[in-house]
Amino acid sequence: MVENRPLLTLAAHLVLIGGLVLVVFPVWLAFVASTHGPAAFMAAPVPLLPGPDLVKNYGALIASGVSTSGAPPIGLMLWNSLAMALMISIGKIAISVPSAFAIVYFRFPFRMLAFWAIFITLMLPVEVRIVPTFKVVADLGMLNSYAGLAVPLIASATATFLFRQFFLTVPDELMEAARVDGAGPMKFFRDILLPLSRTNIAALFVILFIYGWNQYIWPLLITTDPGYYTIVMGIKRMVDVADARPQWHLVMATAILAMLPPVVVVVAMQRLFVRGLVETEK
Amino acid sequence: MQTKRAIFASRVLPYWLLAPQLAVTLVFFLWPAAQAVRQSFLREDAFGLKTSFVWLENYTRLFHDPNYLNSLKVTVVFAASVTLLSVALGLLFALAVDRMIASSRLYTTLLVWPYAVAPAVAGVLWWFMFNPTLGVIPYVLEGLGYDWNHLLSPTDAMILVVAASTWKQISYNFLFFVAGLQAIPRALGEAAAIDGAGPVKRFFSITFPLLSPTTFFLMVVNTVYAMFDTFPVIHATTEGNPAQSTNILVYKVYVDGFLGLNLGSSAAQSVVLMAIVIALTVIQFRYIERRVEY
Repeated sequence: MVENRPLLTLAAHLVLIGGLVLVVFPVWLAFVASTHGPAAFMAAPVPLLPGPDLVKNYGALIASGVSTSGAPPIGLMLWNSLAMALMISIGKIAISVPSAFAIVYFRFPFRMLAFWAIFITLMLPVEVRIVPTFKVVADLGMLNSYAGLAVPLIASATATFLFRQFFLTVPDELMEAARVDGAGPMKFFRDILLPLSRTNIAALFVILFIYGWNQYIWPLLITTDPGYYTIVMGIKRMVDVADARPQWHLVMATAILAMLPPVVVVVAMQRLFVRGLVETEK
Repeated sequence: MQTKRAIFASRVLPYWLLAPQLAVTLVFFLWPAAQAVRQSFLREDAFGLKTSFVWLENYTRLFHDPNYLNSLKVTVVFAASVTLLSVALGLLFALAVDRMIASSRLYTTLLVWPYAVAPAVAGVLWWFMFNPTLGVIPYVLEGLGYDWNHLLSPTDAMILVVAASTWKQISYNFLFFVAGLQAIPRALGEAAAIDGAGPVKRFFSITFPLLSPTTFFLMVVNTVYAMFDTFPVIHATTEGNPAQSTNILVYKVYVDGFLGLNLGSSAAQSVVLMAIVIALTVIQFRYIERRVEY
């Protein structure tokens, strides 16, 4: 701090506390709602303090799911989300590290073409070309499958670019030394480049896990079999019950469970997460 | 493009290394994108039996369609509001945290986690909070004499989706501004303080100009976020209603393509969006490359 200004510091604290309230309040409401019975949602306002039904509500979700809206037990949806998030994050890293290696450490015909083919997809979200992508996946028979959930989302230029930027900062001397010692490209890749990239890979993994877990429209479109529902899209199915009020206490309990894993990942691995975020986008 | 001074000599290996990435990109990105371009020049009859080539008719229809023009307008209002609000709040919180010494880590931890909340879940949370019959906020607003109803009022609906989308994005901008502020040498602020510049003056003549690369970058990223990644927020809350007042472009592509089955028009809309995305990518890429070179 440059100078001592107690009033300004006080104002800063107030701003941050205001920010915290803004950030926490919607989640607090959801948590409170998930601890009440259905009777609490007959009239406004909804309760602001936790009720007695926490164990009962979460127990019902875990045991049987919400049968009236066709949502499977929560455990299955959580498992599907986990499977999708892991497949997407590991898949993205597995295909982007080698391609970044190829682009940085080799010169070959069509290198620029390959680079641009990948690069053009940098910010091309699936939503933009959703109809033709859906058709491709349907033609390949990948509807209602884990492959269909994950593979179309695996290609993304972001990871390739992160590793490209990182490989460019690796000193050339390392590679020359490896070559003098008789190491081929794959040995250099495995024994030198990969260990150097460990932190970057971990940081990126955190970001990609969150990205994968939070996918919404893609699983919503390609899964019609409740056995493949993921939890984030499952909430929507629970809200859209025909001719009935949503069962708010169960919807909100599901929302809490849906956000818990990625939030825990972010808080527990904050340093890696911040690094991954700031590095990927730079 | 930058390359290494020293490279490996191999003819075949780089293609093998690139193959998985290129295969997935081709099958799930470039091929569908090409299909969208092709489809955008075609028109199917009502029964899907006959397809004819109609040149640019889908595009000309699009830009004469009041619904599409409305959606364009809605997108601009929505994206601008989300971008400005979330960047401004992110900057505000980052400046406040930057003043803290002991408590900055705690505040940071408490402010960053909404990044991990899925946009769809954020939408559901705000939808619950603003529910016209049950919600807390409409209850308070009613006490103040305002009858909140996002099911009927276009303005209320827009406020709802902007609030939910902004809420989720503040933490992202906050983190980048914190990193940006840490990169500014303390000595600059100290020198200015010795010369008698107050905090406001220092902010506008030192901090803010030095943050401008971060701000510019966040403007682009947040525009992309607001235009495309907020699809789940819309889908989980207003579904484009009432009266199309929250029907942003990316949502309209989905509605026209999947629900309306108007493939030609949906494809033309996809192509327009892809052009926007690619333009934004190029803007950002020039910026990335500039940063790397200095």
